[in-house]
Amino acid sequence: MPLTASRHETALDVERIRADFPILSRPMNGKPLVYLDNAATSQKPRQVIDAMSAVYEECNANIHRGVYELSIRTSELFEGAREKVARFINAPHAREVIFVRNATEGANLVLNSWAREHVGTGDVIVTTVLEHHSNFVPWQQLAQQAGARLIVVDIDEEGRLKRDEYTAALALHPKLVAITHASNGLGTVTPAKELVTEAHAAGAVVLLDGAQSVPHSKVDVRDLDCDFLIFSGHKMLAPPGSGVVWGRAALLEKMRPFLYGGDMIATVTVARSSWNELPWKFEAGTSAYVDAIGLGAAVDYLEAVGMGRIHEHERALVGYALPKIMAIPGVTVFGPMTLDDRVGVISFAIEGIHPHDVAQIFDSEGVCVRAGHHCNQPLMERLGTPATTRASFYLYNTVAECDALVAAIGTAKRVFKV
Amino acid sequence: MDDFYREFILDHYKNPHNFGELADATHRYHDTNPLCGDEITMYLKIGDGDVVEDVAFSGKGCAISQASASILTDEVRGKTLDELRAFDKEHVLDSLGITLSPARIKCALLSLKALKGSAWGLTEWPGEEAKSS
Repeated sequence: MPLTASRHETALDVERIRADFPILSRPMNGKPLVYLDNAATSQKPRQVIDAMSAVYEECNANIHRGVYELSIRTSELFEGAREKVARFINAPHAREVIFVRNATEGANLVLNSWAREHVGTGDVIVTTVLEHHSNFVPWQQLAQQAGARLIVVDIDEEGRLKRDEYTAALALHPKLVAITHASNGLGTVTPAKELVTEAHAAGAVVLLDGAQSVPHSKVDVRDLDCDFLIFSGHKMLAPPGSGVVWGRAALLEKMRPFLYGGDMIATVTVARSSWNELPWKFEAGTSAYVDAIGLGAAVDYLEAVGMGRIHEHERALVGYALPKIMAIPGVTVFGPMTLDDRVGVISFAIEGIHPHDVAQIFDSEGVCVRAGHHCNQPLMERLGTPATTRASFYLYNTVAECDALVAAIGTAKRVFKV
Repeated sequence: MDDFYREFILDHYKNPHNFGELADATHRYHDTNPLCGDEITMYLKIGDGDVVEDVAFSGKGCAISQASASILTDEVRGKTLDELRAFDKEHVLDSLGITLSPARIKCALLSLKALKGSAWGLTEWPGEEAKSS
């Protein structure tokens, strides 16, 4: 299973990890910085910052163009990062890894290069109410533009997908199933492998949104058997601007380009153009190659720590914090009440205090959390709340930070006298 | 923080003035702050001489957005439409009396936007794209 750790792995040395992240030692409003907004973006270790600085300081030149030493070296680092990412997600081929800016751009690549040719009037697309807007709005718009039908699978009271609704939707033989692997709003981990198997049996192509699963657990595209996987580098220790679409070569090869221009061509005449090979057919213009190299360094870092250990560490933090938060009067926690199908996300509401006010009071305590709809407006509507407060963990968070979170909830209640 | 969420702001948040819908409103305008999901609908009943006879607001959101609407609507009765249209944001921020971060200024000014939208008889803020597609 992709989201469980090997038993022989030992606990993380969190203090040693924290020492790698320069920002974590800065104070915030006179208190230690407690960064619990990792589902929005992660902090960056020295190793990633250094890898990127080294490009600028030692070998920067545009990739795939020069015959001189600098360009060759930068191109090697860029393509090396692609190989690292491919290995990280167990992709059969590095040429199936396409660098984009982020998961949102990845979804739009699949929308424009695959879905527009394969989804037409009367066709069905299946998605879920758990989706981030990045894996929802593209399909909603496609359905409206193509005259297709968008089916949005609902969740139960603990934020798990209603499997009977999913099965019923598949009976309509959708062309595309676009589904999250882990919800950024609730932390729900979906049974992706089962969902993919079921969707394939119904004849659908499956896109998995791995933005919240790839940074936190071992995600194996061969095991999951999905057709596309999208994720963002900035949520996994890499810089913003580094995102990935993985797709099956057989699909990618038949797809038309996403963006047209330089680097993605084979030959250009005044009359016509032909396209470069995978993956460059999908990488028009100068890529964000330094960001991609940063992603490669982030993958090295995560693999050295061990994805199983990271997952277990976050599970332990949630296991510690969740009961303490749930025990506070007036606090409602959303999402699964078990640890088995939850990533390190705790989304909650405090009765009588709006999440924005909660986050502001937390900020004065040095605690950074997200307040709002988390780019999950259909989910918020389903939960019957306009917004929640969300704490989300990563490998560098500590039990002491969970205590700071719990204490900050107490402060908020005291300020608002609730 | 106790200074930020001072007593009078919390009072306005917990017991907002002029809260509810106005059945005989002549002007109304609804707006949201997409950042945090704050919502305000402003209702005005305009009588002879373009004077505000009654005012109300409904909505939900953070303490800053709701307290700001409560404080603002207290000032509106007896004013003319032209006077409402001339209300400026400094005035609203001054009446809250706290220093707001850029992220929270939108919360504080949502009620002013709704008030101006209703005073100008708008249904949609000019220059913005349609809110749904």
